[in-house]
Amino acid sequence: MHLKIPDGRGFKSLRARLLFIQGMNVIMNNSGNFSLLDHQLIPHHMVLSEKEAAQVLKEFSSLQPIEKEQLPKIKSTDPVIMEIGAKVGDIIKIIRKSQTAGEGEFYRLVIE
Amino acid sequence: MALSEKTIDETTKNLSLPFSVKNALVSDLKKVNVSKKELEEIIERIMDIYSYSTIEPCEAAGVVSAQSIGEPGTQMTMRTFHYAGVAEINVTLGLPRLIEIVDARKKPSTPMMTVYLAQEYCNDRDKARELAWDIEATHISHLGSISTDISEMTLTIDLNEKVIIHRNITPAEIAQKLEDELGVSIVVEDNRVIIRPEKESYRELLQLVKNTQNVTLKGIKDIKRVVIRKEENIGEYVLYTEGSSLKKLEGMGGVDMTRTITNNIHEIYEVFGIEAARNSLIKEATDTLREQGLTVDVRHIMLVADIMTVDGEVKAIGRHGISGEKASVLARAAFEVTVNHLLDAGIRGDIDELRGVTENVIIGQPIKLGTGHIDLVAKQNPR
Repeated sequence: MHLKIPDGRGFKSLRARLLFIQGMNVIMNNSGNFSLLDHQLIPHHMVLSEKEAAQVLKEFSSLQPIEKEQLPKIKSTDPVIMEIGAKVGDIIKIIRKSQTAGEGEFYRLVIE
Repeated sequence: MALSEKTIDETTKNLSLPFSVKNALVSDLKKVNVSKKELEEIIERIMDIYSYSTIEPCEAAGVVSAQSIGEPGTQMTMRTFHYAGVAEINVTLGLPRLIEIVDARKKPSTPMMTVYLAQEYCNDRDKARELAWDIEATHISHLGSISTDISEMTLTIDLNEKVIIHRNITPAEIAQKLEDELGVSIVVEDNRVIIRPEKESYRELLQLVKNTQNVTLKGIKDIKRVVIRKEENIGEYVLYTEGSSLKKLEGMGGVDMTRTITNNIHEIYEVFGIEAARNSLIKEATDTLREQGLTVDVRHIMLVADIMTVDGEVKAIGRHGISGEKASVLARAAFEVTVNHLLDAGIRGDIDELRGVTENVIIGQPIKLGTGHIDLVAKQNPR
């Protein structure tokens, strides 16, 4: 489960906060709600920071420089993108399970 | 002297090898004792073999994929409607299904869901059965017989008591639902529901019969049938549905949404996103080919799935999709509807950059593939 706990909820300690999250997860699991990101067809998506994004582009630029617009795309309306809260222009790193390589990295640019 | 696990991890960490190869290498290295020198030789040889097994630069990967899927495709049965391992549910298979997948149809001809159940449901046949009735669309024709009385101008439904108990629905619930949907007055007498049309006319009454039959009393509208099966390999009850509607299933208790899938790739794209759609494309295409006893390397199918999903939406291969978006006018004209493409390009004054293969074949230039992609410059010896 992935939960966003709003800041300033007034937990006395980190432990209290963790217990709260745990409790919420139990409630949410029982009520039949599920997080989209847990689905077995959906690989792990993560938003790259600007620094990481620049690093990725540099890695792909060994033969000739590339822009981020040349990366594969993902729409900002994509359910997963809305769930992780990425913005247009972000680069998303996707860790795919691959039948041939075991695991593979893939990058997509968030577009309108 | 044997190397420690830490040294092995560190030396192999930065090798540019696929995840699975690297894992196998590391775990094997840890089992046998190797010296530093041996380790270096092992890595060197593996890197040699690996680079030898990768695709050559400038190889026409797309054409190889197209041929590798196309040739086994010729051996597929033209028209198969099979009960694909799944009891009683009709699924399109063979060539029609493969065409459906690469055409990225909005709706497959036989949509189907595989619904996995939550922990407390998956081992209990009765609970699974109950859930199945909640999912399957129940119409009035399932529950009893409809008769019209012309002299009284009424429509009478005689409910079958057994079926009603079985499907866990009461006459009052049925009446309520019909009233909400049709907006007519309804009287319930035991297991009999009597409906009176608003206006007393024969036509109105006949229309009412039709409308009554179309009302979904319980369950999800698009799901015509649900079959329960115990999957021996996982030891759980799994529901197979005729018709597909992931969105409506989402709020339902007892369904394990993290495993539930559909064969409608567009629906997967809308509910789970583009990466899930890609995975689903690969799965559906592989399953279709395997069912026909054909083995196609998954890399070819992965390439097709990748090209179909590269722009963030599921695109068809073909005139309305990938091939219709080629930059070159000549390449598009060579594929389908030649005249239209040439005419449009002429009106717009398009320019063909002649970068692709097809257009260079047409005008008789060397194509940029394989050795044709490399320019050689001779170094002149100064005499």
